[in-house]
Amino acid sequence: MALKMVKGSIDRMFDKNLQDLVRGIRNHKEDEAKYISQCIDEIKQELKQDNIAVKANAVCKLTYLQMLGYDISWAAFNIIEVMSASKFTFKRIGYLAASQSFHEGTDVIMLTTNQIRKDLSSPSQYDTGVALTGLSCFVTPDLARDLANDIMTLMSHTKPYIRKKAVLIMYKVFLKYPESLRPAFPRLKEKLEDPDPGVQSAAVNVICELARRNPKNYLSLAPLFFKLMTSSTNNWVLIKIIKLFGALTPLEPRLGKKLIEPLTNLIHSVGAGRGADRAVSAVLISLSSGMPNHSASIQVRPARAGASPPLKYLGLLAMSKILKTHPKSVQSHKDLILQCLDDKDESIRLRALDLLYGMVSKKNLMEIVKKLMTHVDKAEGTTYRDELLTKIIDICSQSNYQYITNFEWYISILVELTRLEGTRHGHLIAAQMLDVAIRVKAIRKFAVSQMSSLLDSAHLLASSTQRNGICEVLYAAAWICGEFSEHLQEPHHTLEAMLRPKVTTLPGHIQAVYVQNVVKLYASILQQKEQAGEAEGAQAVTQLMVDRLPQFVQSADLEVQERASCILQLVKHIQKLQAKDVPVAEEVSALFAGELNPVAPKAQKKVPVPEGLDLDAWINEPLSDSESEDERPRAVFHEEEQRRPKHRPSEADEEELARRREARKQEQANNPFYIKSSPSPQKRYQDTPGVEHIPVVQIDLSVPLKVPGLPMSDQYVKLEEERRHQQKLEKDKRRKKRKEKERKGKRRHGSLPTESDEDIAPAQQVDIVTEEMPENALPSDEDDKDPNDPYRALDIDLDKPLADSEKLPIQKHRNAETSKSPEKEDVPVAEKKSKKPKKKEKKHKEKGRDKEKKKEKEKKWSESPHCPSPVSLQEEVDVNAVTASKDECEDTKMEAQGEEDDAEGQEQDKVRLLPRGLWRHKKEKEERSKGRKKSKKQPPGSGEVAGEAAQEPVHNGAPEEEPLPPESSYSLLAENSYIKMTCDVRGSLQEDSQVTVAIVLENRSSSVLKGMELSVLDSLNARMTRPQGSSVHDGVPVPFQLPPGVSNEAQFVFTIQSIVMAQKLKGTLSFIAKNDEGATQEKLDFRLHFSCSSYLITTPCYSDAFAKLLESGDLSMSSVKVDGIRMSFQNLLAKICFHHHFSVVERVDSCASMYSRSIQGHHVCLLVKKGENSVSVDGKCSDSTLLSNLLEEMKVTLAKC
Amino acid sequence: MIKAILIFNNHGKPRLKFYQPYSEDTQQQIIRETFHLVSKRDENVCNFREGGLLIGGSDNLIYRHYETLYFVFCVDSSENELGILDLIQVFVKTLDKCFENVCELDLIFHADKVHNTLAEMVMGGMVLETNMNEIVTQIDIQNKLEKSEAGLAGAPARAVSAVKNMNLPEIPRNINIGDISIKVPNLPSFK
Repeated sequence: MALKMVKGSIDRMFDKNLQDLVRGIRNHKEDEAKYISQCIDEIKQELKQDNIAVKANAVCKLTYLQMLGYDISWAAFNIIEVMSASKFTFKRIGYLAASQSFHEGTDVIMLTTNQIRKDLSSPSQYDTGVALTGLSCFVTPDLARDLANDIMTLMSHTKPYIRKKAVLIMYKVFLKYPESLRPAFPRLKEKLEDPDPGVQSAAVNVICELARRNPKNYLSLAPLFFKLMTSSTNNWVLIKIIKLFGALTPLEPRLGKKLIEPLTNLIHSVGAGRGADRAVSAVLISLSSGMPNHSASIQVRPARAGASPPLKYLGLLAMSKILKTHPKSVQSHKDLILQCLDDKDESIRLRALDLLYGMVSKKNLMEIVKKLMTHVDKAEGTTYRDELLTKIIDICSQSNYQYITNFEWYISILVELTRLEGTRHGHLIAAQMLDVAIRVKAIRKFAVSQMSSLLDSAHLLASSTQRNGICEVLYAAAWICGEFSEHLQEPHHTLEAMLRPKVTTLPGHIQAVYVQNVVKLYASILQQKEQAGEAEGAQAVTQLMVDRLPQFVQSADLEVQERASCILQLVKHIQKLQAKDVPVAEEVSALFAGELNPVAPKAQKKVPVPEGLDLDAWINEPLSDSESEDERPRAVFHEEEQRRPKHRPSEADEEELARRREARKQEQANNPFYIKSSPSPQKRYQDTPGVEHIPVVQIDLSVPLKVPGLPMSDQYVKLEEERRHQQKLEKDKRRKKRKEKERKGKRRHGSLPTESDEDIAPAQQVDIVTEEMPENALPSDEDDKDPNDPYRALDIDLDKPLADSEKLPIQKHRNAETSKSPEKEDVPVAEKKSKKPKKKEKKHKEKGRDKEKKKEKEKKWSESPHCPSPVSLQEEVDVNAVTASKDECEDTKMEAQGEEDDAEGQEQDKVRLLPRGLWRHKKEKEERSKGRKKSKKQPPGSGEVAGEAAQEPVHNGAPEEEPLPPESSYSLLAENSYIKMTCDVRGSLQEDSQVTVAIVLENRSSSVLKGMELSVLDSLNARMTRPQGSSVHDGVPVPFQLPPGVSNEAQFVFTIQSIVMAQKLKGTLSFIAKNDEGATQEKLDFRLHFSCSSYLITTPCYSDAFAKLLESGDLSMSSVKVDGIRMSFQNLLAKICFHHHFSVVERVDSCASMYSRSIQGHHVCLLVKKGENSVSVDGKCSDSTLLSNLLEEMKVTLAKC
Repeated sequence: MIKAILIFNNHGKPRLKFYQPYSEDTQQQIIRETFHLVSKRDENVCNFREGGLLIGGSDNLIYRHYETLYFVFCVDSSENELGILDLIQVFVKTLDKCFENVCELDLIFHADKVHNTLAEMVMGGMVLETNMNEIVTQIDIQNKLEKSEAGLAGAPARAVSAVKNMNLPEIPRNINIGDISIKVPNLPSFK
């Protein structure tokens, strides 16, 4: 036997540890995978052993393997085992593994809840710390909900090390469980002024993260942060605060002005030495978003002159932020920015590109794009080139082509871009071509000629092997040539180009467009020929089609095949007709009659549904097939359009539209160059009332330039310069006459053009048809928001007073309240309600209730109720420790109180967020609760509130409509003329054999009571825990004195062996009553009653777990029945929950299942049924004695109802 | 928020920490992508780079290159670039203190310690502490705690690992005593 043990431990010694594993992997470079799978097998063996050290070692190795990319989710359970080890060494390994490998989908994660809770309240700060660190990585909504309250308590831990971690992790909790934000916020705010800089920085960190997403809710914190900013010396905190202000200033412009001074101070105070640069840039970046002054940009230039790469980068970054608010101050740095495009660092180049986007104007667009084009040619690496390409397109197309004065130039730029090899953005270019050709009518002729030469050129086809490559452009080219075939110079030539055998190498979707547009082209050629009377020519074209189309019929792509075979049959039919000399052109071109209007991508969604319209009912008979024919190309186009990011034209309201229309008409009348568009031939659109409302943006157009072949955009630049020069000369002449005209540019575009823009009249007058939007489209920005955005849920008004029901879910660690300062008890809450709030709090419900009380409370709430710092449970095992911490707590509380007293007044503590959510009651508040009840009934909205409450799932709370009279968990222990003793017995899950007795001592006499000592006669089963060194007969001193009329609470810990029976202990309180006449020794006897219920701890239980428990069959059963009950079922349940520490699992009508757990882990399940006048309680419990005793106690409670 | 902290050497071998949940495969892809993005950059260019597609294009990569190692922090827009750059510096200095002249091998063989060090600086993607002295103090206390826990029981294990670490080439790797079963001779029973 001994030998075996020795062998076991020797084995263990030679187990591979992490270092061996790493070494092994390094030594097996050739067959790493094999070696690792071998190791994983070993690890699996190790995990099977009982020795925790072996397991921990195995888990440690697994963590390493996870890092190398191996899945270790199979070991999740073992990780939890290691997490629950008692030694810190192992615990740390376990939590590290968990933080690396657990995620929301890990199913065993719910098993960790209790373990984590235990660690959080561990006496060792490092156990707590390691648990917090781990939890921060894998917190799930469930964990967040269950642990929120524990973590919140830790925010007031005595050790700053724990405090800062607890504060930081709250952010994660908020994200996962947004309901916790409001209850926790006051304390978070408090932590901003924590004495420890680490905690302070953590709190700033959390609030900044929160505020970044929903800044408006945090405006009220501005003064506090302002103070912090001027006082803090921690750079990290400063940076964060300035970032925060960056988010706040746009909402509150006055803030900006206030900030200038401290910020300049800051810049100057750190303004020397190397570190200074950093601080300056840091400050700049953060503040620049929305500062009302230009100091920012002034600073950027010197910073960039320094030219160390990081600073250059940041300078550009800052500029891009300033650009949004002060475009002009950035535009003056154009030279520098263009220089940055030549920088060897890609990051800097990309930043510079971003900046250019915002800097273009009509005047410099061509120049900037030209510069960019040269970079495109030079650029190495496709990523950067692609980036350049998208930027060029973005820059040109921004704000509905606002800055483009010459669309021919733009088309030629696009065509030039098609010569790029290996770009991913062929479809982007294609989309632009389509968009421009469709929306700018005047450019179509030019576009068609360019496109046909594109179709003709071979280089695009050559690259067709790359999917998504530049050949996408052909998609657009084919479509444009087909759709606008009337503009084609040599349609026959183009047709042949489109029917080349090489086309079949293109991707399917492009071929499909080819096939479709070949027919369009064919139709228009047919028409031309017939009109010219060339029957032979027409037949030749048909023959060409019949010859070439079969190559598409054989295509592997279904779409191509289908279209091609359809069309082939059609053409063959035409051929027959032609043979008989029947004119067919009219009918063929009828296939493609009508014009396509661009439709905004979101137009469909925005059509408001008129009243009384049933969208599912047929309005007319289903449309005939022929009509859907011309629908098809549009669908193709529309699909294309969806893909493209688009600047939607800003929606104008009715008035604005009317005004614009009027102005437009006037202008058209005055403008000799205006080409009136022929009325749209398509009926569908004419019938739509909205068509007239389409805003048409016009750009003036002079003589179109004709550049044959593939144009070089450079030519346009020269031409443009000449044109502008000419224009300027002309303009000088007639400046006086035509002042109106100058103003035009200003009005036309919503955004402010730079003053130079006004001087440039565009080269072409072009109708830019804006995309169609349905009339009175619903203005909605909502669709821009991602409904899954986790931060959306955190958009919560934090200044609103906390509703009573807003508490964190509490899992009954009532002991932790021990350190509550005594004053608290004089002013607690008149709310005997759930210990666990409704999980799904209805917002509007709170609102309703809040409104009633808002005025009265507003002032008070703004002071933020704060909580005393509770000391964790373990520390109080020794009563002296409790005393000490309590005193401390009292002191701090006193100080805090002193400062706030004036403002808060006596109402201050009316409703307060207690650390563990235990609601107590005292004399004073009884009145108040009455008052509250009244106020609740008065407002007209209260009926609604009650109705809603009734619908809500019932957890363990009293019903809203008929609140129970306030009750206290404190029961009378003993009283005499001097003193009144009330007590409450509390268990805790951490200590399976200990309960804490909280005794409230109230001095009723006019004497000062001191030297109080509590002595209890221990029984075999229950003993009082005494300070070390004292004997069983000694009393335990009460750690305070009581002046007349004052009450205070003392806590005593008792050790209980068996909890299945109720206990009674005799005890005596001895004290000295001292008044003017002298001191007398007095005593008061009492009997301390430990009911079985007091060993129970409210534990929530899910119904599925509950069902499993009942099914397990390990529980013994018993039942009682009580008659003559008049109380409502709701209140009845509330009573059971309150007095016997149960929680409601499920409630159906007048039947409810309830659950609780004893401190020693007995499960107690109840089924409560209400009859006419009776209530029956069936109980199941893992201990039959406990159950019968419990039911007896319950019977007594119920009998009182 | 810091989304991930990647440490890899010049060959892309990882030592890392993620604060956003990704599957193991995605993690490896991210590392490859990031390595690709970062390693191609010249020495004297700026330390920032827009993130790859996997980790989110809008995020920044902030990195420093020390000898053979890259330290890359993937952060979103709420973090200040220079602040993070300083944080990397603090991190490396802290490692230097904890390992006494840190080198790549330290990080390879003591990945767990690196994680523990990091845990004192960054928690769940949020910066916890930037003061190096504070960080080092806490780590020392925890290490002491670990040592005291190991106590006597840990002594033989330490001895063995010391032997293992002697790195004698003659000693065969992976001594596995588990295979040697100690045979107790079957004593003839007394009748």
